[in-house]
Amino acid sequence: MAEPLLALDSLAVHFTVGSLLAGGVKVLKAVDGVTLDVKPGECLGLVGESGCGKSTLALAIMGLLPPTRGRLALEGRDIKTVDRMATARTVQMVFQDPYASLNPRQTVRRTLADPLRIHGVTDKAEIEARVADMMAKVGLRPEQADRYPHEFSGGQRQRIGIARALILRPKLVICDEPVSALDVSIRAQIINLLLDLKDELGLAYIMISHDLGVVEHVSDRVAVMYLGRIVEQGSWQEIFEDPRHPYTRALIAAIPDPFHRAVVVETAKAKGEIASALNPPPGCHFHPRCPLKQDVCVREVPALDPVSPGHLAACHFRDLAGTPATALRPPR
Amino acid sequence: MTAPLLRIEDLRIALRTESATYNAVENVSFEIGRGEAFGLVGESGCGKSITALSVMGLLRRPLALAGGKIVLDGEEIQDASPAEWRRLRGKRVAMIFQEPMTALNPLSPVGRQIAEMFVLHQGAGWSEAMDRAEDALRQVQVPSPERRIKDFPHQLSGGMRQRVMIAIALACGPELLIADEPTTALDVTVQAEIIDLMRELCAAKGTAILMISHDLGLVANMCRRVAVMYAGRIVEQQDADAIFASPRHPYTRGLINSLPRLGARARQGRQRLQEISGVVPSIAGYPAGCRFNPRCVAVTDICREVSPEATPLPADGLVRCHHHG
Repeated sequence: MAEPLLALDSLAVHFTVGSLLAGGVKVLKAVDGVTLDVKPGECLGLVGESGCGKSTLALAIMGLLPPTRGRLALEGRDIKTVDRMATARTVQMVFQDPYASLNPRQTVRRTLADPLRIHGVTDKAEIEARVADMMAKVGLRPEQADRYPHEFSGGQRQRIGIARALILRPKLVICDEPVSALDVSIRAQIINLLLDLKDELGLAYIMISHDLGVVEHVSDRVAVMYLGRIVEQGSWQEIFEDPRHPYTRALIAAIPDPFHRAVVVETAKAKGEIASALNPPPGCHFHPRCPLKQDVCVREVPALDPVSPGHLAACHFRDLAGTPATALRPPR
Repeated sequence: MTAPLLRIEDLRIALRTESATYNAVENVSFEIGRGEAFGLVGESGCGKSITALSVMGLLRRPLALAGGKIVLDGEEIQDASPAEWRRLRGKRVAMIFQEPMTALNPLSPVGRQIAEMFVLHQGAGWSEAMDRAEDALRQVQVPSPERRIKDFPHQLSGGMRQRVMIAIALACGPELLIADEPTTALDVTVQAEIIDLMRELCAAKGTAILMISHDLGLVANMCRRVAVMYAGRIVEQQDADAIFASPRHPYTRGLINSLPRLGARARQGRQRLQEISGVVPSIAGYPAGCRFNPRCVAVTDICREVSPEATPLPADGLVRCHHHG
């Protein structure tokens, strides 16, 4: 087995909120014991609702937030022992909003050349060549290099964001909702581009998305997060064809899929909303919303145990047979 | 057929800038029957939201109604006075918006904001109105409504705020509810609950829905008929089932084929998504002829010169394409 590119072992990122003077200090467990790995060239889909900790996890992997406990290793080396610059050459990020994540006062050339200069490429001709090459790779014309972000459409801006993430030739790219801010008719272009670049450059991705259609399309493996913990992980087939955690089933059932009717199997629905991470429910965090809730779910935290090798689910009832995604809704 | 509840006829909405006037919406016509759910789908900038605002009489500068009719229950309302609009809005036509936090008054308890509807439109006293507000919150399935009516919007979660918006919108039993991307700001599992709630309440009260969204799947599951807008015009309108089974406009077909289908990869492996080339044109740069022509796979010379007329399809449908085949 290839050595994982990224390995997380019981990683936790906690924040303290409030103050002693104003009602006491509380601990917000944004990421609460996540064990996960990403192999070279693999695409891991990371799914969950707002507030589940996926963005905090992304920032920790980028080296932008220190872990509270646990270990985070890049290519076998603990991230604490690797300097920030080296981390940046290995992991890069594509952001959700291409309008907010580009500097409006920098041309495309500057946006792409700065990382090279910062990382010690001094030869002007080389910088020029790598910028032109990267622009061509993401489908921009090299003569557009002296334009500013406002001169581009949303889809083109996301191409610039992708070029910026790839210019240092990283091995892992975290894509945080890369298409959800784009027009529907543009999304397929960007998804196809990301998949082409992955094959061409041998990249690994962590694809953070709430759009399960996109996740199923691009991912090799999928991890589902809920209130700071991973509740299920497995290959894309296992997650979509045999989901064992009721939350995974609820997410799949909730997608408004035009090709399947809205009639959703009643036992697949989640009730209510995600609880506050400041005050998560005891036992299984999902129990207040769960259609399968029993007393044990309130008392005991279910372990993330295997259903089969590589397919893990944190549910006391993980051995109840799963339902394929398409069977949760009858076809149109 | 009985008279429709809402009839939009050849609607035109102008965008006036200092240098020029553009038609942000033109040739838009559709009908919504009583109790019917009708979906208007399109990308940002296609004119779907301002079409909805015009039905609420809420177009403001630089937008203005430039032509066409809006007929509510047989009565033309496009030229109504501000006072007449105030009587219509909330009472007969109500609207919910994408972001409930910005649509609610942050300084007023939510119970009061619901009660206001009964006071303003039905002449109820405040104490009676507050009792009815509590009932309204119960109807939208807010837990412990007797306590929640005193809460301010910031004390509620996104899903709860949208429930409050629905309670306000449906308070006076409007005939038409306009929902403009009502669940875009919400998580998917919450979205599913809000959609269920809207569907149940409107079915129980016989309220018609005009659902505006960029999400084809959402609209298809909620509405009986769907119209697709592109660059200010309706390009196709069909039954929800028919539009997915046999889309007639290249834009609709392109949109449907560009979506990753759940379960498709398990059946046939990963297929490359079909792209629609190019970008959505800006209002100042609408192309001549068919506005989709620079991005269309079936484009011919006539598409670049002549704007296609609407061709009728079965069941009150239409398609606006020279090659609708």
